[in-house]
Amino acid sequence: MYDIKSYINATSIEAAVSALAANPNAMIIAGGSDVLIRIRDGKKPQAELVCIRNIPELVGVTETTTGLRIGPATPFSKIAANELVKKYIPILAEGVSQVGGPQVRNVGTVGGNVSNGATSGDSAPSLFALNAKLELVSPEGKRVVAIADFYKGPGKVDFKPAELLTAILIDKSDYQGYRGQYIKYSIRKAMDISTLGVCAWCKLDGTKIADLRIAMGVAAPTPIRSRKAEAAAIGQEYSSELIAKIADIAVSEGKPRTSWRASREFRLQLIHELVTRAVAEAVRRAGGKI
Amino acid sequence: MSVIGKSYKRQDGFAKVTGRARYVDDIPVNGLLHAKVFRSPIANGRVLSIDTAAAKALPGVVGVFTYEDAPTHSFPTAGHPWSLDVHHQDIADRRILNDRVRYVGDEIAVVIAKDEYTAERGVDLITAEYEEYPVLLTPEAALADGAAEIHAGTKNVVGSFAINIGEFAEADKQSKHHFQAKFTVPVVQHCAMENHSAYAYIDENSKITVVSSTQIPYITRRIVGQALGIAWGKVRLIKPFVGGGFGSKQDSVLEALVAFCTQKLCGRPVRLQFTREETFVSTRTRHAMNMYLETGVTDDGILAARKFDVHALNGAYASHGQSICSKTMTTYAMLYGPKTGCAYNAKGTTVYTNMPVAGAMRGYGAPQAVFAVESHMEDIARELQLDPIEFRLKNITELGWVSPTGIKVRSIGLKECILKGRELIKWDERKAQYANQSGNIRRGLGMAAFAYATGVFPISVEVEAARIMMNDDGSMQLQIGATEIGQGSDTAFAQMAAETIGVPFEYIYVVSHQDTDVTPLGLGSYASRQSYSTGLAVRKAAEEIRAKVIKYAAANWNLQEGEVDVVDGWIMSNGKQIVSLAELALHSHCNNKTAAPISADVSHNPDGNPTAYGATFVDLEVDIALGKVTIKDIINIHDSGKILNPQLAEGQVHGGMSMGIGYALYEQLLIDAKGHVLNENLLDYKLMTFPDTPDLKASFVETYDPAAPYGNKSLGEPPTVSPAAAIRNAILDATNVAFNSLPITPQKMIEGFTAAGLITPKEAN
Repeated sequence: MYDIKSYINATSIEAAVSALAANPNAMIIAGGSDVLIRIRDGKKPQAELVCIRNIPELVGVTETTTGLRIGPATPFSKIAANELVKKYIPILAEGVSQVGGPQVRNVGTVGGNVSNGATSGDSAPSLFALNAKLELVSPEGKRVVAIADFYKGPGKVDFKPAELLTAILIDKSDYQGYRGQYIKYSIRKAMDISTLGVCAWCKLDGTKIADLRIAMGVAAPTPIRSRKAEAAAIGQEYSSELIAKIADIAVSEGKPRTSWRASREFRLQLIHELVTRAVAEAVRRAGGKI
Repeated sequence: MSVIGKSYKRQDGFAKVTGRARYVDDIPVNGLLHAKVFRSPIANGRVLSIDTAAAKALPGVVGVFTYEDAPTHSFPTAGHPWSLDVHHQDIADRRILNDRVRYVGDEIAVVIAKDEYTAERGVDLITAEYEEYPVLLTPEAALADGAAEIHAGTKNVVGSFAINIGEFAEADKQSKHHFQAKFTVPVVQHCAMENHSAYAYIDENSKITVVSSTQIPYITRRIVGQALGIAWGKVRLIKPFVGGGFGSKQDSVLEALVAFCTQKLCGRPVRLQFTREETFVSTRTRHAMNMYLETGVTDDGILAARKFDVHALNGAYASHGQSICSKTMTTYAMLYGPKTGCAYNAKGTTVYTNMPVAGAMRGYGAPQAVFAVESHMEDIARELQLDPIEFRLKNITELGWVSPTGIKVRSIGLKECILKGRELIKWDERKAQYANQSGNIRRGLGMAAFAYATGVFPISVEVEAARIMMNDDGSMQLQIGATEIGQGSDTAFAQMAAETIGVPFEYIYVVSHQDTDVTPLGLGSYASRQSYSTGLAVRKAAEEIRAKVIKYAAANWNLQEGEVDVVDGWIMSNGKQIVSLAELALHSHCNNKTAAPISADVSHNPDGNPTAYGATFVDLEVDIALGKVTIKDIINIHDSGKILNPQLAEGQVHGGMSMGIGYALYEQLLIDAKGHVLNENLLDYKLMTFPDTPDLKASFVETYDPAAPYGNKSLGEPPTVSPAAAIRNAILDATNVAFNSLPITPQKMIEGFTAAGLITPKEAN
């Protein structure tokens, strides 16, 4: 049973922010695919919910003069099917289409995935690789932060009091000319959380790697970029030997933990193998032959 | 046979697809109250004090009851027929509510309220103080000298059993080759789609009435009577549609408690509906086992001397007791029935631990046995460089073999199953193709064989009853005590009745629900027994109907009884249609002088137990670096005697194979050092989804067992038994790495491949 004390259906950003400001115990709900599980588990007794799923500005993907603006309350299935996403940032479609199952993807939202701060979120590696920026609105006003600065620790993100995520922004320069792959490794092929996720996002200059971004989920307490591996690749001729070297460096940047779900050693093996496979596929998709 | 052997659609298919079928939680009840259980947070200890005042004061709470209110005597829960022999009776070690708690989740108190939400809040308000004892989670810990007893006077032994055919040391003198191995299997759970649920009230006859999702209404009636300490006839059990059981509902898990609730509240209706988490932790599981094998083989590849030692972890209460571990031991003997002069010495001990309670689960100890035995057989064949199929064929049970319980093999198609599997999987061709592989992706072939009983004779009674009542249009209701829980038994019974009486399938309506005040006696759905045991009763009732019809036709249409036949709903004589059964039925019901319905009400106590056989063959691919197995081809071949309904049979095989694959690669209930289950949900307990399930293939070798009503033998459980060993053997074939514990998870594979040098260990700086 769901122990819910109150529910406010906000229909504008202002209404949502003022409802949050009026009640320090208020909790945002969009799709509810995480929030309702926590309530059912008894972790949020007497929940006071502010629903943001009916705020039109928070739903949908639009192309702006500077890039893409993704509404955080857009469900995963809508992101995966969106023409702009498929055209410019297919790695995000690849990520969100592997969340849970069809029912969860129809209600769960990309903003919820980010706001949870889980290192296993399937949108996170792709958004990290895309240098996504987050637009946040609170009674103090609007601010924009880089996604890497927003994740503070396992399940911890940098929300100020009564703050709402209002957009996920991707600059043109972060996707024009890039192609890549997101690989989710999970024990099951559906209805599962990631044991490890790797996104490689690559731009080629002939036979050279002009830019490479490698982002990993569950390789550390938060999603991370593998900056040293990226640095070792940029400007180099792509080759299997280079990719093997990149994978070794990526392993050295991982900080996975042993839990009952998977051991550190197992996850290190996955980092190596998935980085190898994702980078090779990213090079191929960017037009390289490897 | 004109109706048996054809793929008729399920009788209940339309009702289930349209939502007309009502499961226990679908039935509306006026004034229904809801119960929630206050459970033990510790694995072993005693409640020193409990405070329920705040819960009782919560508005909407109707009653709070604890171990202080519950009967002090204990009762057995296993879904076994009652035995008049006191030594064969199930262990009575449960109380309805307990102060002595033995696993995390043990029932201490119950809150009953106007709705589920209030009942949950009431549970939150209960506090208790405990005295804690050491948590025992392994056989070594539970059997150690001086270990604290989970149940006083047991030394933590639920039961033990030995089978001694020949003498190992003596028979081993002929052996040239000796092998030893240890295999372990985890705790797994049934994960029936419908969780455990029941409601109870007192009916107009003052009977405590329990409506439950159960496989065993008659047995549960007895258990509720025992638990409450009242005459069994003062209890009434009703079984509506059931959404799967797989053995977890061959046990009385919540019926006694919900009956106790209504008894305490003067008959007000109370529902107790378990959550998925409760179903994982506080119903039943499959036994984890540690299995030790020792084998001597002659130069000719004959199993000369075998030892099999089994430790079964039973958890906190006895449930089915030693019988599952004993079945593990007999399964080995039934598959490789010892040849003259060969020895099979097995001993098994079932141990109490502070874990969720293990009980019946599809296969009842056989999946454990076959994983160990068929993995061991594979290893021996490889070591001796024998063809693994030829090695098995040399040693399998033969026609006429008599089991330790005195069951003679009167039909066996095991060799044919194995040869058919070899052909269907293209064994020889693919073996050659997969020889000398290198690289990260490798293919492998594996197989495993099994034997499985049909019912529990001669250990327990097998009595089943059937009633047929003809309507005045010639159609009939068939009532049986056997329970339809999704397997399709009702449809098979309708086919049997139609076949024997001589009417179209559509003439037979099976009453799917059981009500112990109305339904003929039946023991229930377990041991893959119903199409055999209940089938014999259905055949007997149908024969009686047919005889009555023929007699009535002869008397009223001036025919010679010996010349009358019933074919496709018509009374025939000398090849001519005389009168339709519809007309005859109306005549019989309305005849001024002799009006009487045509009916039969019979029972039968079977005295046989035919053995079913079969094998799994699998072709799979291993991605070594990722520890991933992809099944490319998997086939189960079954000798289940005559196949009653090929489409339903195939469905049974698919479901069982899926469970077997999950056992091999995915499923395990993880329990931490304090006895908490870590993954009591369907996210972290890796039940396969559809994308994880390979294309499943079923094939049959049809024998005809003379003891069975229509030549048929067990099929419900057998498909679960052999996939795990076949998959393990195929992974071995692909990688040369042997995994001797289930499940073979990606992490376990990465560890194994790393140890074998197939993967270089990665270390971060």
